[in-house]
Amino acid sequence: MELLRFTTAGSVDDGKSTLIGRLLYDSKSIFEDQLEAVKNSSERKGLEHIDLSLLTDGLRSEREQGITIDVAYRYFATPKRKFIIADTPGHIQYTRNMVTGASTANLALILIDARHGVMEQTCRHSYIASLLQIPHLIICVNKMDLVDYSEEVFNKIMEDYTEFSSKLDVNDIRFIPISALVGDNVVNRSENMDWYQGATLLNTLETIHIASDYNHLDARFPVQTIIRPHSDEYHDYRGYAGRVDGGIFRPGDKIVVLPSGLTSSITSIDTFEGHVEEAYPPMSVSITLADDIDISRGDMIVKENNMPELTQDLDIMMCWLNAKPAVPGAKYFLRHNTKEVKAVIKEVVYKIDVNTLQRNEQDKEIKMNDIVRVRLRLTHQIAFDAYRKNRSTGSIILIDDTTNETLAAGMIND
Amino acid sequence: MHKYYLDHLQELEAEAIFVLREVAAQFDRPAILFSGGKDSIVVTHLAKKAFWPAKIPMPLIHIDTGHNFPETMNFRDKLVKELGVQLLVGSVQESINKGRAKEEKGLNASRNALQIVTLLDCIESNKIDAAIGGARRDEEKARAKERFFSHRDEFGQWDPKNQRPELWNVFNGRKNMGEHFRAFPISNWTEMDVWNYIMKEKIAIPSLYYAHEREVVYRDNTYLPNCEYMVLRDGEFIEKKVIRFRTLGDITITGGIESDADTIEKIVMEVSAIRSTERGNRSDDKRSDTSMEDRKKQGYF
Repeated sequence: MELLRFTTAGSVDDGKSTLIGRLLYDSKSIFEDQLEAVKNSSERKGLEHIDLSLLTDGLRSEREQGITIDVAYRYFATPKRKFIIADTPGHIQYTRNMVTGASTANLALILIDARHGVMEQTCRHSYIASLLQIPHLIICVNKMDLVDYSEEVFNKIMEDYTEFSSKLDVNDIRFIPISALVGDNVVNRSENMDWYQGATLLNTLETIHIASDYNHLDARFPVQTIIRPHSDEYHDYRGYAGRVDGGIFRPGDKIVVLPSGLTSSITSIDTFEGHVEEAYPPMSVSITLADDIDISRGDMIVKENNMPELTQDLDIMMCWLNAKPAVPGAKYFLRHNTKEVKAVIKEVVYKIDVNTLQRNEQDKEIKMNDIVRVRLRLTHQIAFDAYRKNRSTGSIILIDDTTNETLAAGMIND
Repeated sequence: MHKYYLDHLQELEAEAIFVLREVAAQFDRPAILFSGGKDSIVVTHLAKKAFWPAKIPMPLIHIDTGHNFPETMNFRDKLVKELGVQLLVGSVQESINKGRAKEEKGLNASRNALQIVTLLDCIESNKIDAAIGGARRDEEKARAKERFFSHRDEFGQWDPKNQRPELWNVFNGRKNMGEHFRAFPISNWTEMDVWNYIMKEKIAIPSLYYAHEREVVYRDNTYLPNCEYMVLRDGEFIEKKVIRFRTLGDITITGGIESDADTIEKIVMEVSAIRSTERGNRSDDKRSDTSMEDRKKQGYF
């Protein structure tokens, strides 16, 4: 059974909670005692209906204010697939949460209210999905029951969206007319829209092809830690432990260690179960090499005939995550995979208006939730790929050197 | 079907091993919180795989409430011996004797909340800078917002509104003196995943998880095991039932369900058909809508 990670962004009134509630409920993933607790809470608040958003809004302050302020993870499974939902709030002041939720997703669900069509927030959510290079987008045109299940309304929204999304960098976009409240085309086929011949939402989630979402071409292995047992049986064992971030490694492969440039070849690829003949993403393995060379955490093992770029200067799209604004000239820790260096923001190229996609080259201030293109200078070289080629070797975070808080997320440009 | 893909249990395992190795690499003195329950057993099993052929490079911590199932204690000692790892024990009874913790009084008294003091004392006295736990996001709504790397201030407290964002697979374990981290490698696992993994990997678990006959008292829709701390209330009586436990905590607060699932295969079948959450039998979670969040803020795991 495969695992599909998807993200949903939206605000209270666009029916996102109802949709998630329906997916969980119709796939029998809400337990009786959870439903009972939500029923009781809804009654105490004097609500007439069961408020399914209480299932996802877990923190005390969220329950008090009735809003989602953080990323909540939800789980459900069907006989065909297991799903992880990163449920994020959709308001502009939570752009950072959307970015966080999107960073690990294979797929994004974007809701459009059929009565209102493509809105500013549709644009924002789609841009973030494209910026974070989520491979698949499903546009759910919701509340079809409130527009008399009209095919014209659906087609118009599809046209408007397609026109706008030509500016985005997404290959796989699908449209599904649904009513989360009534259940049309969510789990069960709608009897009210025989003009729609496509798959239901759940069926699409179950069958969409995700196995090639990983980069299987460019072999990348960032070293996490070195395993040295010091036991009698494994006296000279030296395994480089890590997770394959791209490509396929095999014993005998000629490798280069970056940034040092030292070369060797793979003797074995080890797991607890024994040697394996191939290692590919996202496997966690240990690699042993033919030569005793200097390798430490933060180094990257790659194949000789396929090298990433080495640089001390990065051009990135960056989302600022912290309430404390960026300070020009300040030094930050930069984490790239398992490597840590220091970095300084050299230049703000432009800021993106996430609602209109307009670039602003005048406004150089970087505040929370801003998405900006910047140039960084690093203290040491790192080995990277463009984010478009590899989401793992193409991403960085910035960390405050006094509070240690995570300040920013960055996607490296081509 | 594409050849190069992992099924969901393999992917979850690879993710957990990655997290465990990040903890070992980023911290000086990590430890695994070991309760003897299935989740911490699975985490320990994953640690064995993550660092093989080396031994697990960190001790196990057990917080001993004094109200244990004897079966859990035997299991713990056997496993520690097998793995050759160090075991650190924090005793709640000692915390009470020293006046650090105060025994709860009244009908629903338990030592569950007292563990917080003992746990934090144990972390501090052993200078542990990362405590690895088996908490899962599907267990409880406050845990649904937990990070893989969860920061704790110098008082051991969790600030849910001010958590560090966690993107991709980049984990920020930087901290100041006196602060520590909790790390949760199986965050993304569900109860079903844990049971399927135990079955697939043939992992040994305490006999309490399998159906067995036991003296019990029916209270709050669950069967509480009879033990020396049991005080019967009006109308209650001791009876014999064939039950099993879905989670293991203190003997005083862990309720069982009627079941004839005496093999792992039968448990997996039963769990997939069950219509209530596993913590539904835990009286510590029923105190209020946010009782887990409130305890976690103070330092509970």
